Amino acid sequence: MADKKHDLIDQKLQDLNNDGVDRRGFLKCMAWAGTGLVWTMSGGIPVSRAFAKGYGKDDRKGADFSFVQISDSHIGFNKPANPDVTATLQTAINKINTMAHAPDFIIHTGDLSQLSKPSEFDTLDQVLKGASAKQILFVPGEHDMLTDNGEQYLQRYGKGTKGTGWSSFDHKGVHFVGLVNVANLKAGGMGSLGNEQLEWLENDLKGRPASTPIVLFAHIPLWTIYPDWGWGTDDSEQALSYVKRFGSVTVLNGHIHQIMQKVEGKVSFHTAMSTAFPQPAPGSAPSAGPMKVPADQLQRVLGITDVNYLVSGRSLAVVDSPLGDSGSSASGNAGGAPAVVDLIHG
Amino acid sequence: MTSSNMWVAGVAMPVLIGMLLLFAVSPSVKANDQPSAANAAVKIDNFVFGPQTITVPVGATVTWTNADDIPHTSVSTEGVFKSKVLDTDEKFSYTFTKAGTYPYYCTIHPKMTGKVVVQ
Repeated sequence: MADKKHDLIDQKLQDLNNDGVDRRGFLKCMAWAGTGLVWTMSGGIPVSRAFAKGYGKDDRKGADFSFVQISDSHIGFNKPANPDVTATLQTAINKINTMAHAPDFIIHTGDLSQLSKPSEFDTLDQVLKGASAKQILFVPGEHDMLTDNGEQYLQRYGKGTKGTGWSSFDHKGVHFVGLVNVANLKAGGMGSLGNEQLEWLENDLKGRPASTPIVLFAHIPLWTIYPDWGWGTDDSEQALSYVKRFGSVTVLNGHIHQIMQKVEGKVSFHTAMSTAFPQPAPGSAPSAGPMKVPADQLQRVLGITDVNYLVSGRSLAVVDSPLGDSGSSASGNAGGAPAVVDLIHG
Repeated sequence: MTSSNMWVAGVAMPVLIGMLLLFAVSPSVKANDQPSAANAAVKIDNFVFGPQTITVPVGATVTWTNADDIPHTSVSTEGVFKSKVLDTDEKFSYTFTKAGTYPYYCTIHPKMTGKVVVQ
């Protein structure tokens, strides 16, 4: 049974990767900073690839449209892990701009700034102004709501959104929902959507045909990656229960500054890299603070994510093993692929 | 007077004053085994408040210092005190005038919690 399930997941992953970029190549081209993911919608199935890889003429054959996700720019951060986060964001934008086929829009999944300072937002705006994509959509990270309950964020990036900045829109048959899970966080808890937003989400999805491809995006992962570091959202289960009936659901998050993927039934979860600095694999460091590594090793570091984690006594089985040179992932720090994990519910 | 002598004089005087101040303060600390009311410190390091529970006498001032590369806050869960956002090396102090237990957390990283016990 478990094997069959894994086969299905492998099949799904095969689909995800059926883009002319093998897994090793996919990882190799993920430069640590200034990267983003290109999402190509093809028949309602989102296909991802790192955009550092050059695009051939046929790359988008059959694709309906594409968009780019960037995350965690942390403009204003100036510590050793990356003293120039503006430059690496610029690199990301330059790469987006030189893609052979321009994405329809860009999604930024939060932590635009380090300290919610007006000057940091100004700098971000300056860099993003250079993006050729005509539309950039945002959800806030916790760093964007530090000083004023997010008022400034909302004025600048959340016009027309509801509550603390959530909203939805349709694009070429795909329904996109931007959620906010960084506001009004409770002591001892993780990310939180809150009842008001959950109610709104339920209503937003109600009445939509199950065949509508759904893309949810939020800053903190909407699946529990590592509770000790707060890498999850307390009430995400309820949000996900609203999308269960849909045939294709993609959940895009940032916050953890590394790529992780999980496929659970018809729901694919992905976290994006930061444009600013890497963070350690869950549990591999004393804390989730910025990871300081030599620049020429950063790319390798990004590939090293292995999750062996027990959630509520259920094992989070590792479906895909690291591909990197060091082989074994037992240390949690061997070189290789982002882990693809499957949460088996009892 | 050479410039190096001037430097010595310039440094020596504050040092002397500092030593005098130390002598003036130390006896009162020694006479009382209770933690000094003015000296309670919590260090925020690696996303942890240390010590997680700190016990101080009534009237003590607790000072939080952020040693992380990431901003944190120290906010009472019951609304008693609230720091601004503390960037690296920034501090926040609060003086506890009433006995009791004061749980607090980092509003940015709510998994980070701590407690001040005032006796």
